[in-house]
Amino acid sequence: MFNLYNRRRIVNAIGLLVSILAMSFGLFWLCWILWTLFAHGLPSLTLDVFSQMTPPPGSAGGLLNAIWGSLMMTVLGTMIGTPIGILAGTYLAEFGQRGWMAPITRFINDVLLSAPSIVIGLFVYEIYVVHVKHFSGWAGALALSILVIPIVIRTTENMLRLVPSTLREAAAALGAPQWKVINFVTLRAARAGIITGVLLAVARISGETAPLLFTALNNQFWSNDMNNPMANLPVVIFQFAMSPYEDWQNLAWAGALLITLSVLTLNILARVLFRQSATSH
Amino acid sequence: MNADINPKVVVKDLNFYYGNYRALKDINLNIADKMVTAFIGPSGCGKSTLLRTFNRMYQLYPKQKATGEIILDGANILDKKQDLNMLRAKVGMVFQKPTPFPMSIYDNIAFGVKLYESLNKNDMEERVEWALKKAALWTEVKDKLKQSGTGLSGGQQQRLCIARAIAVKPEVLLLDEPTSALDPISTAHIEKLIDELKEDFTIVIVTHNMQQAARVSDYTAYMYLGDLIEFGETSTVFTNPTRKETEDYITGRFG
Amino acid sequence: MLIFSLEARLKRQAAFDLLFRNLTRISAFSVLLLLAAIIFSLVVGSLPAINKFGFGFLTSMEWDPVNDNFGALVPIIGTLVTSSIALLIAIPVSFGIALFLTELSPRILRRPLGIAIELLAGIPSIIYGMWGLFVFAPLFADHVEPWLNKNVGDMPYIGGFFVGPPMGIGVLTASIILSIMVIPFISSVMRDVFDVVPTLLKESAYGLGATTWEVMWKVVLPYTKVGVAGGIMLGLGRALGETMAVTFVIGNAHELSKSLLMPGNSISSALANEFTEAVGELYTSSLIELGLILFFITFVVLSIARYMLYKLGKREGQAS
Repeated sequence: MFNLYNRRRIVNAIGLLVSILAMSFGLFWLCWILWTLFAHGLPSLTLDVFSQMTPPPGSAGGLLNAIWGSLMMTVLGTMIGTPIGILAGTYLAEFGQRGWMAPITRFINDVLLSAPSIVIGLFVYEIYVVHVKHFSGWAGALALSILVIPIVIRTTENMLRLVPSTLREAAAALGAPQWKVINFVTLRAARAGIITGVLLAVARISGETAPLLFTALNNQFWSNDMNNPMANLPVVIFQFAMSPYEDWQNLAWAGALLITLSVLTLNILARVLFRQSATSH
Repeated sequence: MNADINPKVVVKDLNFYYGNYRALKDINLNIADKMVTAFIGPSGCGKSTLLRTFNRMYQLYPKQKATGEIILDGANILDKKQDLNMLRAKVGMVFQKPTPFPMSIYDNIAFGVKLYESLNKNDMEERVEWALKKAALWTEVKDKLKQSGTGLSGGQQQRLCIARAIAVKPEVLLLDEPTSALDPISTAHIEKLIDELKEDFTIVIVTHNMQQAARVSDYTAYMYLGDLIEFGETSTVFTNPTRKETEDYITGRFG
Repeated sequence: MLIFSLEARLKRQAAFDLLFRNLTRISAFSVLLLLAAIIFSLVVGSLPAINKFGFGFLTSMEWDPVNDNFGALVPIIGTLVTSSIALLIAIPVSFGIALFLTELSPRILRRPLGIAIELLAGIPSIIYGMWGLFVFAPLFADHVEPWLNKNVGDMPYIGGFFVGPPMGIGVLTASIILSIMVIPFISSVMRDVFDVVPTLLKESAYGLGATTWEVMWKVVLPYTKVGVAGGIMLGLGRALGETMAVTFVIGNAHELSKSLLMPGNSISSALANEFTEAVGELYTSSLIELGLILFFITFVVLSIARYMLYKLGKREGQAS
């Protein structure tokens, strides 16, 4: 009896110790990666990064055109993907009780949510780049928007489901038509949560490299023309980091730090916003 | 059973189903015009279900259906041809928990009015003021009409919901346990309000609280397991019930 | 007159209702359309390769752009092997993290630690790749791989997996980095499903005198096993499709070698490296067929994952 008890206690202690080790293991990588980024990225993060164009091999320069291109494509991708995502999420949450379409759409959407982004790049290449015969900013924005849609659909549906049904009933009891109930009452009540979802989607696409490789490609120069290949941070980082030139590698580190900081800031911002809205209810 | 009533709503052979489950069984009942009628009974007896047939709220959900007749001003509202939005303009509703919309106090009230009337700015402001005064909320909120309705206290929110419902100028007002989420002081406010509102509206209230039914209503219906057990003047039902089940419930031996 | 205009207004509202409902329906439908379009375009793009190589594409180890002879076996195996090893590492660690966050962590630390682990998922994969190439791989080559060579390389059976020059980049490095990337996904699903367990059930077990570890193994895990399996499949789906991190460190060699220390290739890294430089219809088409295979595998894995998670969700719905 006593032995059994001791054995149970020891097993428990070992188990808990392992759990703590696992937690430390996770945190260890996070700290290590962030530390490396700052150590390599900060010294290279000079004013030139924000004021100069990407240089030819072996010379100094900045990342201005890449930052600009990334901003353009991220904003456009979000602007294309968000409305579709919100409308589709609304369908799943508000109209999806009957019929076959909603459950299937929900399932497919959840699968697309984690689908390999490089395949999305291939897809846009096949349907767009091949037909216009050149890489372009629009193709990049399109690929990013396809990544945005499933994320926004998922959060929109989840957030709308959190809106108490009494609120819908109250609006319907006044005789409001359904489109008014949804647009002026339920979507409004779920606003903070939906914005959180959009922010998370922006965070996700601003670090994506794979889908841009075959769509926007890269451009050494400043470009506002969405119909031409467009520089963007992730692809520039990829190209520069894989190169043998030290100047390029340093710029890649600066870009990596920049991207990580913005992605993590967006992540944290989204969480804070969501928490605030959750506590104010 | 209710010959001396001047009815606003007449319920005839009403049955209600959640899927295959029969939640209301052959209900026959008259709701008196410009009076307060209370539905009482233990949880699950069907009193809220009955109330929600009066504005066909159940239609939001698939698999719920009602058969029989509910006649309001001579027309059967269960008829498929009945326009739902028109019905709900005539029959307002207030819920168990306050349901302020995520918009300003002013817009909360204007939302319903705008559905049916195109008022100019002055008329709309007058209407909002009228509704808030009717709901005894005006003095408390007149300086913060642009603030969010969700920032009010629970009791104020519920009065805001009442104001929102009467701003549309309905003829019938349905109250589904309107005070169950409120403190005693707010409850007293609302009960007083109900007494004043019956001058203009026909009121039907569902309540868990028998004292409340005794205090505010003119007629009382006692329901049990989907049956209407007893219906009559409140004073009679509470002091001299004809059925033993009613007496057991009212005296607290059951329920 | 008033009634008349009111009727017109109601009619208009009904029209708006119909319009809005159909607008949302079309948007939802576009998701289904998107899936169909992805599959269709990939199939069309791979047709030349499919016609030329048939099913042999799946079993051939050739990858010869000069002679236009292609086979998918090496990258397919590379993808499966890296993902499996990543899961072997990530599953126990994720379980430990989920256990820590649901049962052990002090209340104040729970949120910040949870966020920290989720930030690990927020870091873009290209960062993992750079860090792996410049920081992790050299350290791995200097310190870990020689040790593996010396101590494990001679062992029977498993020794063959750990021989070869310590280069730092290779299949094992890619697997380790992949595992770090999927840990946050798996642990966050595990955490969510552990939270589903009714408190009453856990308290009953604790009330009998069970230890935390026993409650976890004998109550929580059996109750949530479908969801946990779903979370693992979700992590697998992520690992299979991960591109940039793997591309940096796997070595991009179209060779199959038994040793995990040798460079290899995965479907996604072959695509990332070669696609824009591929010349000739057959080369491009073979790469697109690789993409199709990848999409097919991840689609199946992710479908299983979702199915399992729905199953758990359904049971929860019935219980409450």
